[in-house]
Amino acid sequence: MAKPKIATASLAGCFGCHMSILDIDERILKLIELVDFDKSPINDFKEFTGRCAIGLIEGGCANEDNVHVLRDFRKHCDILISVGDCAINGDIPALRNNIPLKECLEEAYLNGPSVYNPEKTIPNDKELPLCLDRVYPCHEVVKIDYFLPGCPANAEIIWQALVALLTNKPLELPYEMIKYD
Amino acid sequence: MIESLQSEVKQICKSCGNDRTKMMDIVRGVQEKFGQVSSEAMNLIAKSVNCHRVEVESVVSFYAFLSKKPKGKIVIRLCNDVIDKMAGLAPVADAFKKELGIDFGQTTPDGKITLEYTPCIGMCDQAPAALVNDEIITYLSSDKVRELVADLRKHYNPDKIIHRLGDGNNASELVHSCVHNGIRKKGRVIFSEYKEEAGLKNALAVSPVEVINEVKNARLRGRGGAGFPTGMKWQFTRAAEGTKKYILCNADEGEPGTFKDRVILTERADMLFEGMTIGGYAIGAETGILYLRAEYAYLRKLLEKVLKERRDKNLLGNNILGKKGFNFDITIQMGAGAYICGEETSLISSCEGLRGDPKTRPPFPAQKGYMGNPSAVNNVETLCCVARILEMGAGWFAEIGSKGSPSTKLLSVSGDCRLPGVYEFPFGIKVSDLLKEVGAEDAQAVLIGGPSGQIIGPNDYKRTICYDDLATGGAVVVFGPERDMVKIAAEYMDFFVEESCGYCTPCRVGNVLLKKYLDKILDGKGEPTDLDFLKSLGESIKITSRCGLGQTSPNPVLTTLKNFRSSYESKVKPATDGFQPTFDIKKALAEHESIAKRKSVIYTE
Repeated sequence: MAKPKIATASLAGCFGCHMSILDIDERILKLIELVDFDKSPINDFKEFTGRCAIGLIEGGCANEDNVHVLRDFRKHCDILISVGDCAINGDIPALRNNIPLKECLEEAYLNGPSVYNPEKTIPNDKELPLCLDRVYPCHEVVKIDYFLPGCPANAEIIWQALVALLTNKPLELPYEMIKYD
Repeated sequence: MIESLQSEVKQICKSCGNDRTKMMDIVRGVQEKFGQVSSEAMNLIAKSVNCHRVEVESVVSFYAFLSKKPKGKIVIRLCNDVIDKMAGLAPVADAFKKELGIDFGQTTPDGKITLEYTPCIGMCDQAPAALVNDEIITYLSSDKVRELVADLRKHYNPDKIIHRLGDGNNASELVHSCVHNGIRKKGRVIFSEYKEEAGLKNALAVSPVEVINEVKNARLRGRGGAGFPTGMKWQFTRAAEGTKKYILCNADEGEPGTFKDRVILTERADMLFEGMTIGGYAIGAETGILYLRAEYAYLRKLLEKVLKERRDKNLLGNNILGKKGFNFDITIQMGAGAYICGEETSLISSCEGLRGDPKTRPPFPAQKGYMGNPSAVNNVETLCCVARILEMGAGWFAEIGSKGSPSTKLLSVSGDCRLPGVYEFPFGIKVSDLLKEVGAEDAQAVLIGGPSGQIIGPNDYKRTICYDDLATGGAVVVFGPERDMVKIAAEYMDFFVEESCGYCTPCRVGNVLLKKYLDKILDGKGEPTDLDFLKSLGESIKITSRCGLGQTSPNPVLTTLKNFRSSYESKVKPATDGFQPTFDIKKALAEHESIAKRKSVIYTE
């Protein structure tokens, strides 16, 4: 029987949660025994090759490309997991949510104290994805099955969750493991 | 202007003894005088009472009846409770907007009239109703609104808008209000004939401990909703360390659908103050405070008069009725529009001149209450019961009602029934019997105990109203067969979202989420899994909230989910693609499309 496949994506995040995936250290070899990686920055597959058992999503949705990728994951994955606080709450990128988009762009490209932009242009190439009016947590865009909190979600809970799902065993997350403050 | 502000504010502070614990009276005074508590006024107050400016602003920003921005000389507050909506609020609201030419939350350009919504003002049996400053207008219709606005425009004097007077003391010179008592059924305890001051005399003839024992023997439990045994509360307060003790009466009747205390305050003020005096004697207090909700300010003059008469008769003051060493008096503390202040620790905060934030318990008020002193906080009806217990004896009192719940209970009935009003029934009455009495045999649902209570359906009509089964602070709201119970639950969540004090996250955020999911379901975008989510979220809010508000606010959702499941199920359908139907990508992109002057190439239609 073919191994189940997992896919991962980083949307509006900092790749910190992907670092956490790598932080499972040598257990990544064990993981490779259990699964094949499909679309993921880890193997640099740009497109899905088929149906996946699990999709891990880092980051919330800040632009149309994020939405496109997330919906693609929902189409291809049986189980979708929001990993980390950006996926769950929007978090740091969502700090812009109370500021009008126009002001955000102007601050970033024109008015910010460290901006050097003699041409005074805001990038607007047609290849650039358009921003959403605000940053959305993933579960407001598609249905999410599970949530693994943390900034970043630590390696241990990612590992425990994957093993529990792949071996069909109940997941035990002791309080200490999900306590971050 | 600045000078007059300066001298007026100073004067108001001085009249309150420049005492920061009298902050509620100070800011209410400034608001009344200037129609706002401006930034400058806050600075002046802080200087006068020697506190930080933020302490003033935190109070002003907390209460609905206070405002930093200027309001009109006349403030019209239209009650937008669920019952008012059922009674035809929409055309009334439209008429106000049309006649005044402004929207809700706005002031007319001449700065004279402000139009606002306000939650339940305790007039559910005569809805739709509104406050015009302190005056109450009931049974509103669009015609009546036109007359009212025309009338107001002539003289801008709220005192002159009352043309028809209500019954009983409502018609008295001091109240002068169109409110009706609507007493539909008089029971044996509160609304029957009683011998004034007999209870107080009997109490003063025995020791305070014996008074407490009498109340204990009567098995009196709090009438506000929580049902704590009154005798035990008093025993704790009496036993607590401290030389100064207080008895506080909670007349902040804000639970939507509750209006029985309004009628007691109108018709049984003497009985209430007698009960308070007995309480003061029992726990060893020299001061009683009646915390009166701002919506009932129209009753204040009457209550002050009753207090004065009692002082003249030596029923208040020093050595009351010749009892050497028993000195007791009562003051009235006005609220300023905050539901949370009905929660006893919030009420104490408010009396202390603070925001109405609940306090951490323990210590309980009985140990450390008002100003850190042992305090007993009792409901209006509870204190009336005390007067009757001391008059008639614990045995008489305990005999009435059901086994676990002695005596009678005032029920304020409103909604889809023929005979709304106040009913005094012995505890243990069946819901079905009550519905027959009020003319609502076809009720689809009944809300018992207000939105923080429970919404039940016909399967539960055989249950009884008492502490051991369906407990209530008095609210009974009837919903007829045509009402959408999911919508009703959503409207009650609007109320809790507005009234949450914001201190703890489960209540501040959780209630908003409950409302969002209900809206999603009402919008036809809900999924069956949303129902499970509502349940688990509601239960989390209940367990993790800091005070009674959040511990009960999910009840409209949880009880309708349980009792009207089919109504929810008919509105949800499973999503096939796993996308959230509430997320609208075109809407989310519109802003950037307009800024960038290009259209999305991914989401083209």
